[in-house]
Amino acid sequence: MSDPSTATDRPETPPEGRPSAAALVQSWLPSIKLTFLSIVLALAVGAVLIIVSNDDVLSKFNYFFQDPVDGLSAAINAVGDTYWALLKGAFGSQEAISSTLERAAPLMVAGLGVTLAFRVGLFNIGAQGQLIMGAICAAYVGFTWDLPVGIHLIVSVLAGLIGGAIWGGVVGLLKAKTGAHEVIVTIMLNYVALSILRWLLTLEAFQVPGSNDPKSPVVDSSARFPDLLGIHTGVYVGFLTAIGVWWLLSRSTIGFEMRAVGANPDAARTAGINISKAYILVMLLAGMLAGLAGVEQVNGHEDPLTDGIAGSLGFDAITVALLGRGTPLGTVLAAILFGALDSGGRQMQAATGTPLDLTTVLQALIVLFVAAPALVRGVFRIRDREEGETVLAKGWS
Amino acid sequence: MRLEIDGLTKRFGSFTANDRIDLTVEPGEIHALLGENGAGKSTLMNQLYGLLDPDAGEIRLDGEPVHFKGPGDAIDAGIGMVHQHFMLVPVFTVADNVTLGREQTGLPGVLSRRKARALVRELSERYGLKVDPDAKVADISVGVEQRVEILKALLNDAELLILDEPTAVLTPQEIEELFVIMRQLRDEGKSIVFITHKLKEVQAIADRITVIRRGKVVETVEPSASENRLAELMVGRSVSLTVSKAPAKPAAEPTLEINDLTVIDDRGLAVVKEVSLDVRGGEILGIAGVQGNGQTELVKALLGLVRPAAGSIRISGREISRQGPAESLRHGIGYVPEDRQHDGFVGTFTVAENLVLDLYHNDEYSSGIVLNLAKIAANAERQIVDFDIRTQGPSTPAGSLSGGNQQKVILARELSRPLRLLVASQPTRGLDVGSIEFVHKRIVEERDQGTAVLFVSTELDEIAALSDRVAVMYDGRVVDIVDPSTPREDLGLLMAGATPAHEGAANV
Repeated sequence: MSDPSTATDRPETPPEGRPSAAALVQSWLPSIKLTFLSIVLALAVGAVLIIVSNDDVLSKFNYFFQDPVDGLSAAINAVGDTYWALLKGAFGSQEAISSTLERAAPLMVAGLGVTLAFRVGLFNIGAQGQLIMGAICAAYVGFTWDLPVGIHLIVSVLAGLIGGAIWGGVVGLLKAKTGAHEVIVTIMLNYVALSILRWLLTLEAFQVPGSNDPKSPVVDSSARFPDLLGIHTGVYVGFLTAIGVWWLLSRSTIGFEMRAVGANPDAARTAGINISKAYILVMLLAGMLAGLAGVEQVNGHEDPLTDGIAGSLGFDAITVALLGRGTPLGTVLAAILFGALDSGGRQMQAATGTPLDLTTVLQALIVLFVAAPALVRGVFRIRDREEGETVLAKGWS
Repeated sequence: MRLEIDGLTKRFGSFTANDRIDLTVEPGEIHALLGENGAGKSTLMNQLYGLLDPDAGEIRLDGEPVHFKGPGDAIDAGIGMVHQHFMLVPVFTVADNVTLGREQTGLPGVLSRRKARALVRELSERYGLKVDPDAKVADISVGVEQRVEILKALLNDAELLILDEPTAVLTPQEIEELFVIMRQLRDEGKSIVFITHKLKEVQAIADRITVIRRGKVVETVEPSASENRLAELMVGRSVSLTVSKAPAKPAAEPTLEINDLTVIDDRGLAVVKEVSLDVRGGEILGIAGVQGNGQTELVKALLGLVRPAAGSIRISGREISRQGPAESLRHGIGYVPEDRQHDGFVGTFTVAENLVLDLYHNDEYSSGIVLNLAKIAANAERQIVDFDIRTQGPSTPAGSLSGGNQQKVILARELSRPLRLLVASQPTRGLDVGSIEFVHKRIVEERDQGTAVLFVSTELDEIAALSDRVAVMYDGRVVDIVDPSTPREDLGLLMAGATPAHEGAANV
């Protein structure tokens, strides 16, 4: 609206012209609120599952109408105990916190790869394959080459980054040169990567000497991330990477180009931005980040190469990026949440007997509610139709 | 149907979009609603159509107060709306589209195409709306699409038709045809609300004119009111409808030389055919022509957005036609694109970011790959003042600005670097009178600094007012280059493809 009254009272901007921190928080408030409420709602649904999966509570519910207090208090206790165990297992001790962060790290970096590609308008489903390629390269260098401490780690990490970058870069190249759709290409390359891994594991060079199992040795101690304050240093690398991605997106010309291409490729092209270059570059970087997730597993978590090395990390990374709403900070927080659920879930299962599957359900529910903002708004009777939900709407359909 | 609107008020937060609007439309009347973009015309009509809930006031149809919960209620009450952007299914036929939602059946549940066709024929004959019921909507022209929309409304027994900016997408001939249809509908007793910001059109067609400014009714006047008076009512101050400019002082050497340029489109058809043009520094060359005669492709070729099949484009002697947009911009071409939403700016980017969309690489705004955010913000502060961009601040998303202010952002950006050639395609399309005046002034200023200007417009008034020379395009060719003082009838004939009287002048 060209209403002059709104034009004259422009809000004061700080000297450097950046939006003030308060304004920034203000603009993100709706989506933060929505995410928080989604988590609350998921926990509420989870509570129902806890109750119906607890035999003790159910047996008390049999005489609910004679003694409702007994049944209800048992239910409340069961839910409370379970969530308390979950929380304690995630953040209750030094070990819990390091376990949470070590689980979060690979999700975080692979999620950042998905986020980055998304900001350029590409839906990178290929984190799984890129992660596998990164893990293969890092592991091979890690357990076969013989290099001094430190250098071995660096070379192994670089090998992992390059492996992932190539696997991602191919997608960007195909997209830019032939117009191949990145979703199809990445899905297919996931299968190819897994098949390559399975084939490699049948070779002697990739097996533990004297064994025929499809399982590699663990990387040499010289190629492992050393511990710092009880957490392997790969986790710190992950956080530094997140800062790097944030800086790249919001403070560099490369990020400016990438965001322009993602938000409006026609205007970007008209402004002289090379779209093909942006596609190739972002997929190289996204692959590199997923490759780093493979490195986290191999050099940090000290997993041997098996065909389960990636687990469902590459797909959880998409979920984490979705939950993070396409921002680096959001992705980091979402990864920590998922890491906490993973790590706390084990403790919870041990302490209360609630199956570990509950955490998977919680993860799924959180994402489901985030993806259906109208539902959350309906439950909590929120009226505002502000932004927040629209951030990812276009690319994920 | 007699429509009375009484004290209608609509607020969005602290902003009052409609402030106690009173309006009466008599049966058999074409009532024009005239106002700038953002004056509140659409808000008013959306309340009438049940899309928005009024905060206060009353709507009466034939004396009965009505309250609509949605467009369904409005349609049932006999109100039909033709939106600015058509709501048609491209792969369906005209008859399918018209009967959509009121499908004609033979046996229950079985579509009867025959009945639908007959119904559309009958309606189109009765109101003189010529359409082919069996044509696919994807294949028909915009003008015919609009007729289909009107037919849709008539099929729902509309007694009051709302036409929202119906002429924005039409060629001059199509506008004439639309006016014939509107008169016929009026003579049948229908009431028509005609929303527009074009002064000539309201004078040509309206029975009464209500002017709205900043959410309030300014005055209801007769169509005999002068154009200047209407413009003044609409903008709130006196505006000059002519562009004041000194005679051009063109340089001796041409800045832009186009030689035998041919562009082939995706379907393999030649859309620009052997075009040769020169533009010298300090002059404005206007390209006139009906939409779709190769102007869009010519401009895209200039910018390196499409690769020409043959011919050359030289800027100050350097060939640029096969280098891509980055090179074109680097050689000093400034570009105001035809479709600004699509090509001109990034809607989710802030005003500050959009103001450096093609400048961020300059040393001024970045060193290496590090953006200099302070400089970018300072630039935005300066441009917002210089170009009077109405925004809440540099960090407002450009997509939330009004059309005129979006165009100012683009213009500010393109004029903020040293230019050899400014290419402006439909630079004032969809803008209000105040913004048009501003855009014209800036283009003339740029010319006076010695920049060559090539601008494309389908509006003859604009061509005549702004150009120093006029090239008329028809079917991909430049049919003639004439003086802007050429009578409008002659220009119109050239635009329709008539051969120029003086043979051989075409390739000057």
